[in-house]
Amino acid sequence: MKTNDVILQFTAKIVFFMIFFYAVHIFFAGHYTPGGGFVGGLVTASAIVLLIIAFDIKTVQSIIPINYIYLVAVGLIIAGATAAFSMFMGKPFFTHYFDYFYLPLLGKTSLHTAALFDLGVYLVVVGVTMTIIQTIGEDE
Amino acid sequence: MNNFLLLPIIIPFFFGMFLIFNQKRLAYQRIITMLGLILAIICALSLVYKVYLDGPQTVTFGSWPAPFGITMVSDMVSALLVTTTLVLAFFIVWYGFESIGKERERFFYYPGVMFIITGVNGAFTTGDIFNLFVFFEVLLMASYLLIVLGGEKAQLRESIKYILVNVLSSALFVITVAFLYSVVGTLSMADISLKIAEIKQPGIITVIAVMFLMVFGMKAAIFPLYFWLPSAYSAPPIPVLALFGALLTKVGVYAIMRTYTLFFTHDLAYTHELLLILSIITIIAGCIGALAHFDVKQIIIYNIVIAVGVILFGVAQMNQIGLEGAMFYLVHDMIIKAALFMLIGLVIYVTGTTNLRKMGGLMKTYPALGWFYLIAAFGLAGVPPLSGFVGKLLIVQGGFQAGNIWTSLLLLASSLVVLLSVMRIFIYAFWGEQGQVSNQVNKKVYNRMFFPTMLLVFISILYGVGTEWLTPLMEDAAKILIEPSIYTDAVMKGGN
Repeated sequence: MKTNDVILQFTAKIVFFMIFFYAVHIFFAGHYTPGGGFVGGLVTASAIVLLIIAFDIKTVQSIIPINYIYLVAVGLIIAGATAAFSMFMGKPFFTHYFDYFYLPLLGKTSLHTAALFDLGVYLVVVGVTMTIIQTIGEDE
Repeated sequence: MNNFLLLPIIIPFFFGMFLIFNQKRLAYQRIITMLGLILAIICALSLVYKVYLDGPQTVTFGSWPAPFGITMVSDMVSALLVTTTLVLAFFIVWYGFESIGKERERFFYYPGVMFIITGVNGAFTTGDIFNLFVFFEVLLMASYLLIVLGGEKAQLRESIKYILVNVLSSALFVITVAFLYSVVGTLSMADISLKIAEIKQPGIITVIAVMFLMVFGMKAAIFPLYFWLPSAYSAPPIPVLALFGALLTKVGVYAIMRTYTLFFTHDLAYTHELLLILSIITIIAGCIGALAHFDVKQIIIYNIVIAVGVILFGVAQMNQIGLEGAMFYLVHDMIIKAALFMLIGLVIYVTGTTNLRKMGGLMKTYPALGWFYLIAAFGLAGVPPLSGFVGKLLIVQGGFQAGNIWTSLLLLASSLVVLLSVMRIFIYAFWGEQGQVSNQVNKKVYNRMFFPTMLLVFISILYGVGTEWLTPLMEDAAKILIEPSIYTDAVMKGGN
């Protein structure tokens, strides 16, 4: 029997972007308020899972052709490199830097290296979650 | 403040991340792994030298002041253990080129090894009790991968048990740390030491001490908690077994050593007496196991349990000589266990069986293997001038000094059982009539596996003969353990 999932597929296409942008919002909110790379990564992964439910693993694989294991490695390298950066500046490991900048459109903005570290965490979380889900999902 | 002490931890970490790429290209995997280990060994050796000259090195992450940030402390104890870990990993990885199997090499074996080393070195170096938990988890995660890698039936069965036991003990670890935090209100190990000294270790701290003994004892395989070890360790292939046998239990031993010399030193009559009794029972239980088995892997695995007992016996004496002996014996045991596992791996390779009863007569066909096995076996039992001798001598001397005459004699007697258990392998496998021989022996592969094994046995001989040169380092390590103030001063006053 062919299941009729037109509504699910149609909704998923739109809701995916809503969830994804919400994840981006949570990611940037993370420094001073609840949120951050970990939660952002989980929310992003849930958006991709929604696509997998609506379509199937193969389709999603062709939409987002990423090797999630490499994504984990890239995330670890970004996070590790951010932490190790301060070693070259003669400061203890994990020392972060921040300053205020005047950016066009955004105005006065605080830029913090912790955000780079969080980006690494974000990629690791997305990579690990998706690897787990794919591994389980591939089994017939 | 000195970032240099982090290099032996983060070099394996970064190389591990780069090894995740290009899984299918063996040359890339092997070369990068060896390169990373050599770099880390060079850093670790210069770290030992620096610690020897300038005393303990510390760095507190993120430029926080000392008791609030996570401090990494490299004193002589941790610097020596870190160096030993890296050297052993180098030889084990080299040995594994021919024996681990191409399927495993193509499926995250090398990143697993690198991450396990990151965890082990981090656990040896950290000066924060919660961070110790984190590094335990890092090494456990990597060990879950390595124990199940290959997916043989025995591996799947044993890895379930292994994971269950470790998840349980990790949970208990967090609970214990929470208890400790609720009493002393700090996580920095130096600060905990000072706070406990201030409040004179009331009963609740002693309870926490016993809980820590349970947590670390499960990792270190002391008497009632070693039940999971013999079967779990026999499942993975020899290089992984060598890595586990040489490193993982020793992390638990180190953690007991650290907490029982730095924190819980005000109620020796209870805590250290308990440790003494448990270590003696551990030795006896290990001896029984080592004599009862006819499986070569099991015999050496039970020898791990014996060695854990011996080292903790030295710690329980709580005097300079006993602790120096424990340090000597700890490093010795890491080297010799790796060497022995590699040797019996060769025996298994040429005979195709792990059952002693089926072996025999290898002396005629593989004389070099026989002699090197004999040297390693004597070294394990502590025949002078080989590596086990000095450690055991000092431990027993410490035992006499602390007035534990009978238990020290028992420890000496256990050396005979150790000797007997490993000589049984020699007698059964190398003497007598020709036994079972594997028909898949490739002389070239054998030689490539034998070479690193030989070098490691040479290192263990050097370690025994060169005791004179190592003594200043070990004295330094024992002094740190016996006098917590050196450690706490280095953390609280050093840098920043």
